[in-house]
Amino acid sequence: MTIQNKPAANKNLDSIRKTIANHKRHDFIFASLGTLVIASLTITLLILFLDLVIDGYPRFNLDFFSNFPSRRAARAGILSAWIGSSLVLLVTFFVAVPLGITSGVYLEEYAKKNWFSDLIEINVSNLAGVPSIIYGLLALGLFVYSFGLGQSILTAGLTLALLMLPIVIVSTREAIRSIPVHIREAAYAVGATKWQVCRNHVIPYSYGGILTGVIIGMARAIGETAPVITIGALTFIAFLPPSPIGLEPPFINFDWLESGFTVLPIQMFNWISRPQLAFHVNAAATGAVIIMLTLLMNGFAIKLRYNIRKKIKW
Amino acid sequence: MKEITKFIFTVVTTILLFSNSAIAATDIVKIDGSSTVYPITEAVAEEFQIETGIKVTVGVSGTGGGFKKFCRGDTVISNASRPIKPNEIKKCKEAGIDFIEIPIAFDAITIVVNKRNDWAKEMTPAELKKAWEPLAQSKITKWSQVRDSWPDVPLKLYGPGADSGTFDYFTESIVGESKAIRGDFTASEDDNVLVQGVSGDKGGLGYFGLAYFNENKNKLDAVAIKNGKGKFIVPSLKTVMDGSYNPLSRPLFIYLNASKAAFDPNVKKFIDFYLKHAAVLSTEVGYIPFSKSEYAAITNHYKTLKTGTAFKKPAIGLSVQQMLDLSSSNQ
Repeated sequence: MTIQNKPAANKNLDSIRKTIANHKRHDFIFASLGTLVIASLTITLLILFLDLVIDGYPRFNLDFFSNFPSRRAARAGILSAWIGSSLVLLVTFFVAVPLGITSGVYLEEYAKKNWFSDLIEINVSNLAGVPSIIYGLLALGLFVYSFGLGQSILTAGLTLALLMLPIVIVSTREAIRSIPVHIREAAYAVGATKWQVCRNHVIPYSYGGILTGVIIGMARAIGETAPVITIGALTFIAFLPPSPIGLEPPFINFDWLESGFTVLPIQMFNWISRPQLAFHVNAAATGAVIIMLTLLMNGFAIKLRYNIRKKIKW
Repeated sequence: MKEITKFIFTVVTTILLFSNSAIAATDIVKIDGSSTVYPITEAVAEEFQIETGIKVTVGVSGTGGGFKKFCRGDTVISNASRPIKPNEIKKCKEAGIDFIEIPIAFDAITIVVNKRNDWAKEMTPAELKKAWEPLAQSKITKWSQVRDSWPDVPLKLYGPGADSGTFDYFTESIVGESKAIRGDFTASEDDNVLVQGVSGDKGGLGYFGLAYFNENKNKLDAVAIKNGKGKFIVPSLKTVMDGSYNPLSRPLFIYLNASKAAFDPNVKKFIDFYLKHAAVLSTEVGYIPFSKSEYAAITNHYKTLKTGTAFKKPAIGLSVQQMLDLSSSNQ
């Protein structure tokens, strides 16, 4: 049987099959392209990370984490840097997250949609793309000199919080928008007030998305150097800020907020610009620590998000 | 959920409440400034803190950034890889801050070439100027154009970026005008990049501090430079200390807040400690110390609490004694 003799229906079927095969081929090409891109990105990161780990391997011991900076590379450690980074991030977290979430909820649920809220929306989105050094300069003028907060952990935390705020706001709004309308309508239908809808439905359901924003923001904050240097972070500091937790009542004190500090990226930068090779080993080790911290934070957030999503039953 | 909100609210309110009273009132010796001087001050601060228990902090915001903080009274000591500039002096004066200028060690700017470069063992400052001055841009591109007897190899230049004190000093001493340089060379603020560049390029020519050269002797060669007496000298601990390596030896400084130097016991102790140990510690981190008698002269000068700078006019290749004399006469 030749093609010319095929009945019309058969011919039609052939062309459909051809189309399907064609689409499947496109599908396959796209999927492989995607895999390729993901793989090359992951492999690049992995190579960079492994390179840091291998270079810094000799310094991965307890001393490195429990020693202050020193002129002798083998004795130098990152104690003041990792404690500084943690305390700064603590302030950043407690300022940026509540402010960011409430702003996001307000803008999305309560604010009237008019030119003013449009203006705010555009500005918030724009802020997310402003170079970090600008935040540093703003903070230097505002926090350090106008408010007189000095070159302290509090100033650094607030600065990085500013940096993180737009990211949290935008992701909160995106997360709220992705909640189906019928959830809200159902809640209103049984007589819930706006606040009850927000508190019991909208906010809990958008935790996953909000968390993603928080983590992206925190990961950005931990690696920031420029604004922290601008506001006057130190490089050599061989003592720790006063402990946030005391043995005597009231058990919590806030003296540490006023303390000078250094952070991990600054310590790394200082070491990489030294002539002695031994310091470059320290820099590599510090780099590996920063990446591991970021991974740890991300991993924790993904786990948390997974648990939250599991609980949501629509 | 309610508990968490309450907790967060409390914490934020407390932070905001406390922030108003956050005025740093401590007995910490605060230092900031040049990244070039940082290793020496770090070494001194480390030893000083171990010995006395007095807290010292050192920041790195560059010589200019350091002076900004210093003239605002945020720091009591400023690291500087160049003398203070007239506009910085003005700022300090406006804020009512007098300063004492203390030279602490030498850095030697080292001219380096590739290991395979077998012709340029010696250069004169005039030849360096020929290669680096703004007029040379896209004209001087081969070694043979710098000196006739040199081969026709492309000349590739590597140097620190415009924010660096090394760059300032090099242009001042070689080109004759601060910051005047050709635009077509590879600039990097990270000296390790310059090491990489020159060591991978047969026609490479670069400059940076002696400490970097000493760490990379196996990759690079240093060029002997003709000094004021007509001798070709390679930079080393000896030649910089006896003053024969010039004009590319530059002094490094710390600046003291004069009233703190007079009245704050911690600052006093720190400076005494600094001058006592500068010789050993600056050598240890790769710089060139002054002689014992020179440190003694500096200590005497500092004890008189004479304020001001020796560099009202830019000056190249001063000896320590000349700096101290000038500083006193510039009152």
